[in-house]
Amino acid sequence: MAETSQGILRAAALSELLPPLTAHEAAVESARCLMCYDAPCTHACPTHIDIPKFIKKIASRNLRGSARTIFESNLLGATCARVCPVQELCEGACVLGAEHKPIAIGRLQRYAMDFAYDEGWMPFSPPRSTGKKVAVVGAGPAGLSCAGELAKRGHHVTLFEKRDMGGGLSTYGIIGLREPVEVALAEVAMLAKLGIRIEAGKELGTNLALAELQKDFHAVFLGVGLGVTTTLGIPGEEYILDGLEYIEQSKLNLHTLIVGKNVVVIGAGNTAIDCATIAKRLRADLVTMVYRRSEKEMTAYAHEYEFIKREGVRFSFLTQPVAVRVDHGKVTALKCVGMSLGSLDASGRPAPQPLPGSEFELPADQIVKATGQEKPSLASVLKLRTAKGFIETSDQFETSLTGVYAGGDCIRARGAASTVMAVQDGKLAARSIHERLVAHG
Amino acid sequence: MADLSINFAGIKSPNPFWLASAPPSNSGRQVHRAFEAGWGGAVWKTIGAPVLNVSNRYGAWHYGGQKMLAINNVELISDRPLEVNLREIKEVKRAWPDRAVIVSAMVESKPETWHDIIRQIQDTGADGIELNYGCPHGMSERGMGSAVGQVPEYCEQITGWVMEVAKIPVIVKLTPNISDIVMPARAAAAAGASAISLINTINSIIGIDLNTLEITPNIGGKGGHGGYAGPAVKPIALNMLAALGRDSVVSGSKLPISGMGGITTWGDAAEFLLLGASSLQVCTAVMHYGFRIVEDLCDGLSNWMDEKGFPKISEVVAKSLPRVSDFNNFDLSFRAVARIDQQKCVRCNLCYVACNDTAHQCIDLVAKDGSLVPPHSYDLRSNGKEHAIGTRASVRVREEDCVGCRLCYNVCPVEGCIEMLEEAPLQPSVTWKEISDSQRDVTEDWEKMQRYRDKMGIHIH
Repeated sequence: MAETSQGILRAAALSELLPPLTAHEAAVESARCLMCYDAPCTHACPTHIDIPKFIKKIASRNLRGSARTIFESNLLGATCARVCPVQELCEGACVLGAEHKPIAIGRLQRYAMDFAYDEGWMPFSPPRSTGKKVAVVGAGPAGLSCAGELAKRGHHVTLFEKRDMGGGLSTYGIIGLREPVEVALAEVAMLAKLGIRIEAGKELGTNLALAELQKDFHAVFLGVGLGVTTTLGIPGEEYILDGLEYIEQSKLNLHTLIVGKNVVVIGAGNTAIDCATIAKRLRADLVTMVYRRSEKEMTAYAHEYEFIKREGVRFSFLTQPVAVRVDHGKVTALKCVGMSLGSLDASGRPAPQPLPGSEFELPADQIVKATGQEKPSLASVLKLRTAKGFIETSDQFETSLTGVYAGGDCIRARGAASTVMAVQDGKLAARSIHERLVAHG
Repeated sequence: MADLSINFAGIKSPNPFWLASAPPSNSGRQVHRAFEAGWGGAVWKTIGAPVLNVSNRYGAWHYGGQKMLAINNVELISDRPLEVNLREIKEVKRAWPDRAVIVSAMVESKPETWHDIIRQIQDTGADGIELNYGCPHGMSERGMGSAVGQVPEYCEQITGWVMEVAKIPVIVKLTPNISDIVMPARAAAAAGASAISLINTINSIIGIDLNTLEITPNIGGKGGHGGYAGPAVKPIALNMLAALGRDSVVSGSKLPISGMGGITTWGDAAEFLLLGASSLQVCTAVMHYGFRIVEDLCDGLSNWMDEKGFPKISEVVAKSLPRVSDFNNFDLSFRAVARIDQQKCVRCNLCYVACNDTAHQCIDLVAKDGSLVPPHSYDLRSNGKEHAIGTRASVRVREEDCVGCRLCYNVCPVEGCIEMLEEAPLQPSVTWKEISDSQRDVTEDWEKMQRYRDKMGIHIH
């Protein structure tokens, strides 16, 4: 009994942070939108959703029309409504933001999407078949978006996914407090209704060969994402938990997730923040985020940083982990060295350098690393041309192999990778593929 | 501090704000509380003929998240027994000697019936009587209310009956459901009424329920026209008020006018005063927010009067009336052009689309480098707030093409961002009346009009 109620409390601690807008809140907020012409929010959105249009449809109580407007530009509108860094995108560009409060675009989008999913309504139905077959590898945001856009145009799409479930990071790698698993899976199910065939447990290079895909399909899209979490190369690393697995466990196997009393999270990106949030919300006494550069260079969004500070997480900036201290088979501390920032490195940020004699220990009984993912290893396996380790593509999202396209995190050599960028890649790649398939009769 | 007290046709009240004859003044207890809140007077909900009411009674028009921009109703005159009303009127007046208690009345169109009700009202000690010639529903079907107000002859005849026995001031309340509001006002004056009030409610159907297809409000599956009131009717009321002020017969009669129709704020009140009302009646705003609103009505009006240097209400009354004219007398050479304050502009482009789609196509989108750009001209691969804001074009008026229509000014969401600048006239001052009096052919023949334009240097873009 105690076990069960404990489980409910833990699940509640990680349940979706923002409540849905009520009908009244949505009416008031949508009425507040000025309906800018050629609106900056639409420009700022990587998928260029016609935002004033969908918001004013909420105001006029045409919720189907509102959902359709979103879907037309972004098939993963339900995910994006939750995980988009709206402060940097649409809401950041809202003309009411400067002297007032920007329109809550993300939450209004969620309102329209919730309506569509609650009704089980989808504006598109599979059109007449073109007879063309496309293989999409990876059922993350890029792959789903590409597959959906192609299916909308009547192509036969087979979506190969190495994991059991689709959704990619939306399902496995984003804290449930921002996107519950159910939302990501509902999106996959909705896209499947467009006639997409999903083959789970198929991994390129393991039980799936690119050459065969090229032979069996008219085109291939790779939305394979990135590799495993980077290696720190420090003694005792085997005692450090993987951040993405930590999040995955909190979403799919919460009852098995053991959270330490004194947790150190290595890294200062959005995944690291998710890990710290999980630890803090599941009752760790102390959570410390360790980052080798300073506050200014951290890659997490500003609003995420604000959020995690309010959660009560501590920071140790300019701190480089050097070893894990293990006593009697248990983690007791993270050995660190203080850093100073030198001249700019290849990433354009000041390079951190160890300060001699500044070694210290951060006591910890659990250490989690979220220091970014390895570049896509598939690129070299598949002999694709790369740019800075990422798969290189043309403006049409075509790789160095004719008829093989790619998008999402695996091509994101420049700029911040995000779900919505991946969705746009998938959408634009689908357009290129469609043009190619149509042009080739 | 400004003196807000008024003496309206002999009816005195400490401020010009009266509850209009309506549900808020339905009972002694309500009027008592209204006076406690500070209302200067109350026009008692119409008493008279026996009635039966229905439910639902009120429909409302909501817009843009704002509730009750207008209300409509099918409620009748008081359904409480006459004796109860008369007793409570007497009690309230005795308890509040400094407040104005006016009683609205409506009975069948027979002289003796009217004589009876007037005498009964006078026995209560009330300060005045308002004749309800405006109720547009329920009573009009029985030959009362607007059925009287719409026929000036009836209006004059019944007012005449009333005046035969009236010993206290009599206000004739007009219906707006008529082509020319001046006619019943003249009739009231001719019959010797002491004052006029306007407007009563407007015939309306407020809406239809799109789920059930029923009329709103739904009365057992049916619905119909009801009296429309609230903020949305104010412009109609102001126009009718001004029409009375501009009519030589009505204004010559010197009858004071009690103005109503959508008064919600002290600013609305000031506008009614400026167009000639010397007492003010309020209903919908009270039905929305309660009696407490009278505090800001008085406070705001008083502060505005202090700021403008008006020591008392009578100095405000009709101050703007001489400015009301008509198209014939407008100066055709007067010129205004829109100018956008680039510092205040938030780049919503609402002025651009309004001007470009529906007005005179004289606002341009100007890129950072000064070149003109069409809308939607950004690269679809660009995104993010910095890029969206940083590359956003600004809006600029081509003043030489601006006709001064003022649409952009009206749609702009930013206070003080678009200004209509008065420009030096390009032609000598002239009115349409002057042209049609001196060169009638110009007003009747397009070719002659063109020659006139050429001669005067008038170019239509």
